[in-house]
Amino acid sequence: MSAGATTPRPMIEVSELRKRYAPKAPEAVAGISFEAQRGEVFGLLGPNGAGKTTTIGTLTTRVRPTSGYVAIDGIDVQANPVAVKQRIAVVPQRPNLDRQLRAIENLTFHAAYFGYGRAERRRRALEVMKLLGLEGREDEEVNNLSGGMAQRLLIARALMHRPTVLFLDEPTTGLDPQSRLFLWARIEELRAAGTTILLTTHDMVEADRLCDRIAIVDHGTIVALDTPSGLRRLLPGSGGVEVVVTGLADADAVLGRFGEVESAGTADGRRQVRIYGDAVDPAAVVDAVRDASGELLELRRIEGSLEDVFVHLTGRDLR
Amino acid sequence: MTRQTSSAVGSASQSDALPATDELREAPDLKETIGPEPPQLAVRAATMHAFLALCQRDAFATLRRDPWGFLAQSLIAPLFYLFIFGRVLPEIGAAGPRYGVQLLPGVIGLTLVLTALQGVALSLVIEFSFTKEIEDRLLAPIPAALVGVQKLVWAAVRGIVAGLVILPLGELVLPGGLHLGGASWPAFAVLLVAGGVAGASIGLVMGTAVPANKINVVFAVVLTPLLFTGATFYPWQSLDSLRWFQVITLFNPLTYVSEGMRGALTAGPHLGTGWIALGLVVSIGTLGTIGVRKFIGRAVD
Repeated sequence: MSAGATTPRPMIEVSELRKRYAPKAPEAVAGISFEAQRGEVFGLLGPNGAGKTTTIGTLTTRVRPTSGYVAIDGIDVQANPVAVKQRIAVVPQRPNLDRQLRAIENLTFHAAYFGYGRAERRRRALEVMKLLGLEGREDEEVNNLSGGMAQRLLIARALMHRPTVLFLDEPTTGLDPQSRLFLWARIEELRAAGTTILLTTHDMVEADRLCDRIAIVDHGTIVALDTPSGLRRLLPGSGGVEVVVTGLADADAVLGRFGEVESAGTADGRRQVRIYGDAVDPAAVVDAVRDASGELLELRRIEGSLEDVFVHLTGRDLR
Repeated sequence: MTRQTSSAVGSASQSDALPATDELREAPDLKETIGPEPPQLAVRAATMHAFLALCQRDAFATLRRDPWGFLAQSLIAPLFYLFIFGRVLPEIGAAGPRYGVQLLPGVIGLTLVLTALQGVALSLVIEFSFTKEIEDRLLAPIPAALVGVQKLVWAAVRGIVAGLVILPLGELVLPGGLHLGGASWPAFAVLLVAGGVAGASIGLVMGTAVPANKINVVFAVVLTPLLFTGATFYPWQSLDSLRWFQVITLFNPLTYVSEGMRGALTAGPHLGTGWIALGLVVSIGTLGTIGVRKFIGRAVD
């Protein structure tokens, strides 16, 4: 543990990470590198199967890298997994609560694993449950908790041992809007308190709101890494129009004169075309499609959301 | 319940009863509650604490939440074996009057091994595949291998408790009760521990090697042969006239536990002490090693 470096040591360090689960399988992670600093919320965005979960797995001691280096707080995860586990906490995608224990016992035993004394762990459990809106649910059977409550209990459990780095794997998927807003507020508080957070999500609004920086991952590599506003600048234009048309022989040619186009075929002869440019006139687009005897099915303005960036970088194909 | 102050989330679902965000924002010592804190314990001390805490959790879950379930699960089968084979069969003349004396050590061995085996195998299959409960243990500050070893140790303890309860059960059920005048209690104690660990080792291999969707089949296919080739219902030496079967039984770790118990608790013939010790050491050594390796394979991809 060296101190005295002039630049602060990154709390999460991933360097040239590669993972192949079986000799003949394709690489799940094909050379990912990034760093996250203390108190940063770092987002991993990507389609299903892009390599997000594998990357988190290597950082949380659950996946052995095929090659590359991963470290938490300067500690090599491969060389010293126990020291790493002392510093991290994971909120998984799906609840993995201990169903033989009641709600508060899930927290107190978790703290016991980390060496907290009896009185201390009960005091902390009550505090953390209150913080997460679970007051009065202490003796509830875990099976009787609603989805939102179970999710908050998972986060409460993760906070019990005061982790330096917190991994949140799609923390708000499937939650109602109230729970989502509530969790966002808690995450912002954690960041303010100095906790480093690695967040994966499919929710672009969530990523935009919470993350200091975002890595967009696809096919096992990082295709873009920047702040949310930096990522928006990756779009060919800050604005534009997206249309779904049918009956056009060459949609790109018809619409190409309005700006830079990106298009993809969808089911039953439909074509989805994104026209980038600040000055694209939707009325002119409508006219052009009609003049070419095509049919316009949908039209929407591209407002440069993170979702637009995501689709621009990773494409529209289903994974 | 909670005051609904924030208008933005004024319609928050009542059942979830979220406290309003503004209220929490004002909490003064949030940093004290949730801020990061460097670990208090060195790695070795943390590992020891975690191991003991995992045992504590298991003891709590068994004793406080489900003591009767544990006993019923472990003791119903041996109770019936003792009653039918040790009491009913002699009563109707289908077995000799002294059969119960030979049967008791076998039933103790059987209960010991099977309770330990199921304690690991079932819980691992469920926790790895369905509830994922194992994940919280694997993230405790302890090497993954020791999480597996802790499962094994705790299952052995359950097996030992169940095995011990067979003694009073035998006193109640068998005609004439127990005859333990010449019993060697130190040998009995060693066999309890070794048998529990052997059973748990088999369970560790099964629990980590068998995919969840096959566990029903494997349990049925493995448990019955294990039960009947383990010198449980017959002393091993009486198989002299059935040589091929006698050889098969030597591949079953339960044989060494049953025969050992027979040696410790009765004056009747049994497999030589050296062979029993060798059989137990080899069983625990190979199955335990395979089990822990497989466990690490499941825990770390």
